Amino acid sequence: MMPAFPFSAIVGQEALKTALMIAATDPAVGGVLAFGDRGTGKSTTIRALAALLPPMEAVAGCLYNCPPGRPAACCPVCNGADPQPEMRPVPVVDLPLGSTEDRVLGALDLERALSTGEKHFEPGLLARAHRGFLYIDEVNLLEDHIVDLLLDVAASGESVVEREGLSIRHPARIVLVGSGNPEEGDLRPQLLDRFGLSVEVRTPQVIAERVEVVRRRDAFERDPEGFLADWADAESTARDCLARAREALPTVEVGEEARIRAAELCLSLGTDGLRGELTLVRAARALAALEGEAAVSEALMARIAPMALGHRLRRDPLDDTAAAARVERAVADLIGA
Amino acid sequence: MRDLPEPTPDGEPADAGALWRDALLAAALVAVDPAGLGGVWLQAGPGHARDAWIAALRRLMPASAPWQRLPMSLDIAALSCGPDLGLTLATGRRVETPGPAARADGGVLLLPGAEGLDRGAAGALAQILDTGRAPGAVHGPGAAARLALIAFDESAGEGEGLPPALADRLAFRLALDAVPLAVTEGTLSPLDAADVAGARARLDRIDVPPALQEAMVVAALRYGVFSLRAVVLALRAARAQAALTGGAEVGEAAAAAALRLVILPRATCLPMEEAPEEAPTEEAPPPDATPPEDPPPEDPSEGEDQPSSAEEIQAMADRLLEAVHAELPPEVLASMAGGARRGRARGDGAGQRRLGTQRGRPAGVRPGVPGQGRRLALTQTLAAAAPWQALRRRAPGQRLAIRRDDLRIRRFKTPRETLTIFAVDASGSAALARLAEAKGAVELLLAEAYRRRDLVALVAFRGTRAEVLLPPTRALARARRALAALPGGGATPLGAGIDAAAVLARDAIQRGQDAQVILLTDGKGNVARDGTEGRAAARADTAAAAAAAARAGLDALVIDTAPRPAREARALAEAMAARYLALPGAQAETIAKAARAGLEVAR
Repeated sequence: MMPAFPFSAIVGQEALKTALMIAATDPAVGGVLAFGDRGTGKSTTIRALAALLPPMEAVAGCLYNCPPGRPAACCPVCNGADPQPEMRPVPVVDLPLGSTEDRVLGALDLERALSTGEKHFEPGLLARAHRGFLYIDEVNLLEDHIVDLLLDVAASGESVVEREGLSIRHPARIVLVGSGNPEEGDLRPQLLDRFGLSVEVRTPQVIAERVEVVRRRDAFERDPEGFLADWADAESTARDCLARAREALPTVEVGEEARIRAAELCLSLGTDGLRGELTLVRAARALAALEGEAAVSEALMARIAPMALGHRLRRDPLDDTAAAARVERAVADLIGA
Repeated sequence: MRDLPEPTPDGEPADAGALWRDALLAAALVAVDPAGLGGVWLQAGPGHARDAWIAALRRLMPASAPWQRLPMSLDIAALSCGPDLGLTLATGRRVETPGPAARADGGVLLLPGAEGLDRGAAGALAQILDTGRAPGAVHGPGAAARLALIAFDESAGEGEGLPPALADRLAFRLALDAVPLAVTEGTLSPLDAADVAGARARLDRIDVPPALQEAMVVAALRYGVFSLRAVVLALRAARAQAALTGGAEVGEAAAAAALRLVILPRATCLPMEEAPEEAPTEEAPPPDATPPEDPPPEDPSEGEDQPSSAEEIQAMADRLLEAVHAELPPEVLASMAGGARRGRARGDGAGQRRLGTQRGRPAGVRPGVPGQGRRLALTQTLAAAAPWQALRRRAPGQRLAIRRDDLRIRRFKTPRETLTIFAVDASGSAALARLAEAKGAVELLLAEAYRRRDLVALVAFRGTRAEVLLPPTRALARARRALAALPGGGATPLGAGIDAAAVLARDAIQRGQDAQVILLTDGKGNVARDGTEGRAAARADTAAAAAAAARAGLDALVIDTAPRPAREARALAEAMAARYLALPGAQAETIAKAARAGLEVAR
C-alpha cells in the first residue's frame, strides 16, 4: 500500500493543521470541518494525521477497538477467555459517500448465519472508528439518513442497532472530520453545528509555495520511502509535540477572565446555544497545551475564535461577508487587535 | 474540456488530425504511467472514434496488464472487495471476491455511462485513485488497485457530465466525437507496446529540472488553473512523455506537450502577461489576506539545486505557452475561454430515484436475486427457505438448502428532490425591479434548500432569446455569483422563455426529480422564437410553447407582474394549464412564498 504523505511536509494549510492537532489533543472538541476548492490538499492533510497519533491499547482480534479491561457488552473477543492486549494505530477511517447503513452500522454476519445458523453481529465502520477519526470526504453531499445516523452517534458516543432481529449497542466515540466544496452544495445546519472546528482551505497563492507543493508531491510519488525518511525527524517532532500536549492538557488553566471573554464573544456574535462557547474554551485549552502555555490567554482565544465560531453564526443568505471575517471583527471589538 | 472548432466548409473540423494525434499521445502516456495519471475523461458517443481510441490504448498497454469493464449501473458495493454471494451460499462459508477495481490493478478500468454516475460511486472511485487500493469488507484489508480509469461520457456536453470529484483526478480530457473516420483509420499511433515498455523502464529515472517545474506551475496559473492536483498530473505526464521520447530528463518540449494535454482543457482563462493573482477570473479564490508567516522550508531532497532567477522562470513559462499555442489552430484558442466557462455551468446533477434497490431509507422487501447493487434481505430469505427445509435434500454437512426462489432483496426509498425553475421576463422598463425581486426569491428559496434538498434554477428572457442564468443548483455561493450580473431591458421573447424552462424541467424529470416552473411575466410577448420581432408571430409562438408545456404536463405557476393584472398572463396560464397568481410589483418574499406553496402542492 502506498504510505500516506507526511503531515509535516504539507506546505501551508496552517489553519487546517492546527485544527487537526487540536482535535487530536482533545477529541472532546468535537471534529473538524474543512471547506474549500478542489485540489487544495484537504484529503492529503487529513489522511496524513494518522501517522502522528500515538498507538493505542486494544485487544488482539477485537473488532470494536475496546480498551483492555473495559469491553463493550457485545464484543465476543474481549468478553471471551484470556483477551490479549496489543498496541494498534489509532483508526482514521474513510467513510465513502453512498455508504450503506449496513456498512456504517454493521449487519448480520452472513457467513455465520448461513454456515452455522448462528445470529451474529458483524460491526461496521462506526465500530472500526471507535476511539479514532471518521473521515467523510464531500460531507456536504452525504445522504440525509446517513447524516442523521452520524449525528446521533456523535452526540451519544454510542451506536445502536435494532434490526434483522439484532439488538446491539456498542460505544462509538468518534471524531468526525469532514471536507467538501461549498460550490457543490451546502451542509445542513444541524450537521454544521456538530463539528467543533471549521476551517476554510485555499490553494496557496504565492508561486513559491505552489512550486514547493508540487515539488514535494512529485518527490514523494517517485520515491515514497526516501521521502518519508527525509521527513522522519520532522514527523517525530510533531508526534512528540502532540504527546506532550495530551499530557499537559488537564493542567492547562482556564481562568475566569478567559471564560467571561468567551461568553461575551458568543453573545456579541449571537451564536445559537452553548456549544460554541464550550468548544471555544476547549479548543483554546488544547491549543495552549500544544504551544506549551500554562494558561489560556486572550490572544490565544482570539486566534482560535474564527475556527470555533465561524460556522455557528446565523446565516443571512443576502449577506456575502465571510463568516470568519465577522468573527474576526467581533474579536477585534472585544479583545482589541 | 476543449471546445471543437467551427467546421470547415467540407464539414470536417479543421484540427481533427491534431485532435486525434493528441488523443493517441494521451493513450501512450496512460500506457506508460496508468496509476500516476489517473486516467482519461473520454467525451465521445459510441462509434468508430471511441472504438479506435480504446483499441489503440489496448495495443499500447503491456499484454499482461489487466483490462476490466465496470457495469453500467455501478454502485459502490460492487466496487469494493466483498463476499461472493453465490459461492458463499453454495459452499456455506464466506468467499471473498477481489472486485473489479482490484482485478484491474496495474491496468485499465473502463467506466461506461460516466455521465450519469452517482456521486457516491464517484467518491468511491476517487478514493481508489487517491489511495491505490480498493476498500475491502468493513474490517477486511482491501486489495491493491493501482489503475487508470477510462470514463466514457456520452453526454456530448449536455447535462451533467462527469462528477467533478472524479474529473479532477483524471489527467486527460478527450473529445472525440468530431473526429471523422478517415482520420481515425488513416492515423495510427506512431508508437507500439515495445516503445511503451521501454518508456516504463526509464520512467523512474527521469528528472524534472527544478526551473522547469516552477515554469510549469507558473504556466498553469496563467491559464487560471488553480488546482494543484492538475499541476502534479501535468508533471507526471511530462515525465512519461520524456520517457517515451528517450530523454534523460524532462525538456521544454515534453513540458509543453503535458501542458497542452493536461492543463489546457482545464483552462478557465486565456494566458495573461501578468501573473493572475489580480485577474478577475470567476474561479479565482480571493487572494490570501495574510501571507504565510514563514517561507516554506527548503526541501531536503532538492537542497543542492540553485534556484533560477524569477525572470528566467517567467521567460521559460512564456516559451512553454508559445510552444503550447504553436500546436493549436487559432479557432481552438479563440473558443477556449468560453468553452471552459460553459463546461462549469453545469447542473448539480444528483438525481435520485424515488424507490430504488440501493440506498435510502428501507422500504420493504421483495423476491429477487441480489447482485448489481440489489442487496440480500437475509432474514427474509431465511424465513422464506425455512418451511421447505424438511422437504429439500441437503448435501451431507449442509445445514440449509436455499434455492433461488427463496432469495429476497431489500427496497429503499430516497426522498425525491424538487427543482424550482424561475423563468423571468427581463424585458422592458419594469425589468430591473422584477429581476431584483426574482433574484431575492431565488436566494430566499436557496437558503432553505439545504434543509429540504431542493434545487433552484433561473432562466431569463429578453431581447431575442432566453438564457439559463443559473443551472439547477443548491449551492448558495454559486447562485449568488451567477445572479450578481443580470442584465435587463429589451423586447420579450416569451415563447423562447417557456421553451427554455420546459427543457430544464424535462431534464430534471428524466433525472428522477420533480420540477416546477415559476414564470414571472406580464404575458405580452413580442419576439418570436427565432428572434424576429412582430406581435403576431410572437403570439403564435407563445401559444405553441404554452401548448407544448401543457401537453408535457409541466407543473407551472404564472405570476402576473404587470402593474395592472392583464388578461394576457391569465390566458397564458390557461394555455399552459398552469396556476395563475397576480402579484403586481411582486416582492421577493411573496414570490418565495408562492413557490413554497407550489412545492407543498407538488408533494
